Amino acid sequence: MEFLFEIEGANFSVAGNASSTIKRALKQRDVDPAKIKRIVVALFEAEINVVAHADHGTIRVLIEDHQVQMFVKDFGPGIEDVKEAMREGYSTASNSVREMGFGAGMGLPNIKRNADVFEIESIKGLGTNAHIIIYL
Amino acid sequence: MKLSEIIKNLDIVVLNAANEDADITSAYASDLLSDVMGNAQAEELWITMQTHKNVAAIASLKDIPAVVLINNGKPDEDMLAHAKLENVAVLVTNLACYEFCAKLYNLINCEL
Amino acid sequence: MLMNEIIKRIEARPVCGDVCSLRTDDFEFAFASDLMSDVLRLTYEKTMLVTGLCNVQTIRTAEMAEIKLIIICRGKKCDDQMFKIAKECDICLLETNYSVYRVCGELYSYGIKPLY
Ligand SMILES: Nc1ncnc2c1ncn2[C@@H]1O[C@H](COP(=O)(O)OP(=O)(O)OP(=O)(O)O)[C@@H](O)[C@H]1O
Ligand SMILES: [Mg+2]
Repeated sequence: MEFLFEIEGANFSVAGNASSTIKRALKQRDVDPAKIKRIVVALFEAEINVVAHADHGTIRVLIEDHQVQMFVKDFGPGIEDVKEAMREGYSTASNSVREMGFGAGMGLPNIKRNADVFEIESIKGLGTNAHIIIYL
Repeated sequence: MKLSEIIKNLDIVVLNAANEDADITSAYASDLLSDVMGNAQAEELWITMQTHKNVAAIASLKDIPAVVLINNGKPDEDMLAHAKLENVAVLVTNLACYEFCAKLYNLINCEL
Repeated sequence: MLMNEIIKRIEARPVCGDVCSLRTDDFEFAFASDLMSDVLRLTYEKTMLVTGLCNVQTIRTAEMAEIKLIIICRGKKCDDQMFKIAKECDICLLETNYSVYRVCGELYSYGIKPLY
């Protein structure tokens, strides 16, 4: 099963809707709840990062028999130093993003913790591509 | 209760010593700077996981004597420098927010 | 013990879901934060969230983290969109004028344990 979502930067009122849709789809397929939680936490963090840090982006989710793959692609400022960005507590979130309840610098570490495979590539000034896999 | 006594009674590391004689009767736990600006009272201890410079600036503006960084938070360099300049104590605990608030609340209110 | 007792103690208003009939056994733990990625570190289910963040993201985060009770502090009021999502996800909401600090202090005295 394949899902596609368009994500708008800075629009926090609908941020998380994609992850919520995926959660429902996984529940319907009777996926193990512990796995569902890992999948949706990772996806939600990636979705929020597009809203918080990028201009716009897309999310593609492939639910397969043995794994769930998530492709999160955005156009925006990109990440200068991905290794540094992965560090717990590192955040460049703006004041307005912090007032929305984000900017702890925990998002990427949370994705890493929950994913079986997490690859992230970024070009400064262009955007960011993340690929997340969780095995079922 | 005096700040120095709170430091003695709870597991706290002092990164910037200041206002040890301040009398603390309450605290404000928040990571939302606007809430602290709007609602925190002078002389309250501020408990937060935010570690950037604005924290020191707001603490000083609001006459908050000390900031406690939870989860073993490490202040950004400019936060610590600003706190020193503005005479705001910077304390660190390895507890998360809930447990630190709970212990501090009990400590202060048992004394009262 | 029924949650009702705690609700009275923190002068909370149940604004979504049947909170009063819940039992404290359903909530062994509490976690307090205003930053949602901090909440998403949680791995244990029987946890209530104490927060001053009052927006749709608070509810979405609870949805992802499987948190079934949120105590919204500092006198903030939930809006209709929050109620709608909370109902869909079976999440109970309490509002109180108390601060996060005070709510944590009171919950602890009822034996609600810290998660970390
Ligand atoms: N999609 C993105 N585009 C541009 N920069 C990003 C993106 N994702 C992450 N970053 C950068 O990496 C940093 C760390 O990201 P991470 O998700 O760990 O923390 P955060 O988003 O700042 O806060 P939190 O996720 O805890 O709410 C961000 O502050 C930002 O600088
Ligand atoms: Mg993030």
